Amino acid sequence: MAKVIFSSELQLLTGEDHAMVSATNYRDLVAELLSRYENLSEGEIMKMAVAIDGVVIPDPLLESVSSSSEVHFLYRISGG
Amino acid sequence: MSEAREYKYIGQRTIRPDGFDKVTGRADFGADLSLPGMIWGKILRSPHAHARINKIDTSKAEAHPDVMAVVTHQDFPAVTAGGFAVGEGQVDFKDLSKNVLADDKVLYHGHPIAAIAAKTEAAAEAALSLIDVDFEVLKPVLDIAEAMKPDAPLLHADLFTQGLAEQPEKASNIASRMELKKGDIEAGFAAAEVIVERDFSTPTVHQGYIEPHATTVRYEADGQSMVWCSTQGHFDVRAIISTLLSMDLSKLKVIASEIGGGFGAKTTVYLEPVALMLSKKSGRPVKMAMTREEVFRASGPGSATRSRVKIGARKDGTITAMKAELNYAAGAFKGSPMAPGCMTAFTPYDVENMYVEGYDVVVNKPKAAAYRAPGAPQAEFAAEMVINELADELGIDPIEFRLQNAAKEGTQTIYGPKLKVVGLVECLEAAKNSPQYKQALAENQGRGLASGFWFNIGGQSSVVINMKPDGTGTIIEGSPDIGGSRASMQMMAAEELGIDISRLTPVVADTEHIAYSATTGGSRTTFATGMAVIEAAQDVVRQLKERAAAVWNVTAEQVEWEDGVATNVASGEKLSATEICQSAEKTGGQVSGRANINARGAGPSFAVHLCDVEVDKETGKTDVVRYTAIQDAGKAIHPSYVEGQYQGGAAQGIGWALNEEYIYSEDGVMENAGFLDYRIPLSSDLPMIETVIVEVPNSFHPFGVRGVGETGIIPPLAAVATAVSDAIGVRMGDLPCSPPKVLKAIQDAS
Repeated sequence: MAKVIFSSELQLLTGEDHAMVSATNYRDLVAELLSRYENLSEGEIMKMAVAIDGVVIPDPLLESVSSSSEVHFLYRISGG
Repeated sequence: MSEAREYKYIGQRTIRPDGFDKVTGRADFGADLSLPGMIWGKILRSPHAHARINKIDTSKAEAHPDVMAVVTHQDFPAVTAGGFAVGEGQVDFKDLSKNVLADDKVLYHGHPIAAIAAKTEAAAEAALSLIDVDFEVLKPVLDIAEAMKPDAPLLHADLFTQGLAEQPEKASNIASRMELKKGDIEAGFAAAEVIVERDFSTPTVHQGYIEPHATTVRYEADGQSMVWCSTQGHFDVRAIISTLLSMDLSKLKVIASEIGGGFGAKTTVYLEPVALMLSKKSGRPVKMAMTREEVFRASGPGSATRSRVKIGARKDGTITAMKAELNYAAGAFKGSPMAPGCMTAFTPYDVENMYVEGYDVVVNKPKAAAYRAPGAPQAEFAAEMVINELADELGIDPIEFRLQNAAKEGTQTIYGPKLKVVGLVECLEAAKNSPQYKQALAENQGRGLASGFWFNIGGQSSVVINMKPDGTGTIIEGSPDIGGSRASMQMMAAEELGIDISRLTPVVADTEHIAYSATTGGSRTTFATGMAVIEAAQDVVRQLKERAAAVWNVTAEQVEWEDGVATNVASGEKLSATEICQSAEKTGGQVSGRANINARGAGPSFAVHLCDVEVDKETGKTDVVRYTAIQDAGKAIHPSYVEGQYQGGAAQGIGWALNEEYIYSEDGVMENAGFLDYRIPLSSDLPMIETVIVEVPNSFHPFGVRGVGETGIIPPLAAVATAVSDAIGVRMGDLPCSPPKVLKAIQDAS
């Protein structure tokens, strides 16, 4: 199962620092998280970027997630 | 990335395609467009740093014969909170609407209150005095620490701190809190044998762009309105204006003029929606341009900060714990670059235990805007100063200390993912081997060194390459060229097509002539738009091969492409790109290549800077006598432009460290709103900045490119302040290290 590591902002909503999730893509992974944590909203997740196996993806949707993937939600960086 | 290959155009120092227009004055910048029937807009600004607006009476101004329109916040549609990421981070549309024209409160000296459009610029300026505003003046709060106190004057009655475990009951000037952690910070400090803990501050600073904000607009009630402006991202200007004015996106065309510097500051809007509203009310095209003083008083500066950093290490040089509290001034509305500051502060280090806490604080200053690697210079300044002091305490060379603890492939960052291949170690080795590091210092001189990290980003880019009947091509992109990207696009297309760069013309198109492209920022353009150029060029090559195959009555697989020439592998016949384009009408029409991408895999960039200074101990004046900027570019497409980015970042960072600061009176009025009193470095102030381009390729880009535009401004703050500290024997923790401050430090120490 993929390991999802929550940022401190998301930990306030999940009450956990990580979760093990069975999913094959990002959309399914988010759906599973939303069903698991009632305080977590789609809006909170959508305003964050995601890093799957070290690659930061600002606008994820159908990206593949494997059983050994490490998924981090993080602040969306823009720049100057 | 493809396997190692010899490049024909990549890595050359070609002549910039926009050079002639710029040196001859032919290039059109933000204030250069005039339209038939055009009138002028001017803004009435707040004389107070903090006040409630009881009433605005515009009747006398409206009655003036030369005045053609007057607007206030009440003319704008109501906007709900919410927004998107650009520049310094999340843009909140409701706040932005109140920043372009104040609603019920003014929150900084210079805050726009009303705007007038009149037949001449002078008439518009004069008519501003006809607007009467009834204020209830309030006490301002300018300092971060003061603003964070529970009894501080409140800027917003509805601002409640986000990011706390418990929802706060009272409003506050602290907009949000962020916490990042890794390992066990207390155990890390318990394992340390030497600990250094220090406080730091950095001032509010200006990005130093020379061209003031300017726009010319024409509102069309039944057609498409036009906005011409100096911006880093005309597609995002379109999105912001359409939201603020409740206009359909399709009813707006935004044209990016040439830009006279942006550095992050031109990723938002100030004049454009106001000008469009004036145009709507007057029925005339409207031009608006800020004066230099307005730029300083009322556009977005880089955030001031107050920080505390604590780092512990064992005597063998292993860092065991790193901790920081980083407080950022957002200005009048929430949204400082506190988050990227927290994420970058300790990223150059592979350390088991880290803890960073950040606060975004509103104060009565202009809303902060992005400034080159927003948030990172301030955070990494504090961290690098403590690293240098700790190296001194341990008696370890600062480069060796960094090498021992350097981030590398696989390092777990505090903000989340593990790093891919990065070039920090290579930069540190280059610093160790640099001529400057081996050079002895003279009397009254000091040396400083610092490293820096910035993420770099990818994002959406769109490119079309149109081939012409003579075999030349036009590269149409949607990324405003703020640092030489047109040359990079030309070179990458030439490399892929095998056509000489002189036969390819890069053009930055308006929002109607190319699909959406994200704002030029985050060091994304050569990486992301470059990937789109490569993909579009590959599309052109595919079609040219198909056309040649049709002429020879073979399949495209039987055609090879090299150096702009198609070869029939069976017969050996050849057709050049020019020949194929000349007969394109016979083989299916003209050839165009296209790419619309959302680029992933941006490679982070690390830098290491060395600074030698000489301090006049009688006056406190500091001269930079030698400076070397070393940075990983992945692959330098145009080395001169890459070096220019390193040198520009270093020059801005040196200014930030030595002289630059917004100076405010107690009642919140900026006292140095001009380049005579706000002292950015002149070329005569600096030595030639030496550069070393390190190339550790980014495997996600076909040529190995990493962004290079921002990282170079991060190390100078600590490199310069450490050098000054070394020269005078006193640790300088508060920037800028200006002559009065340095002289006082020397006198206090003696």
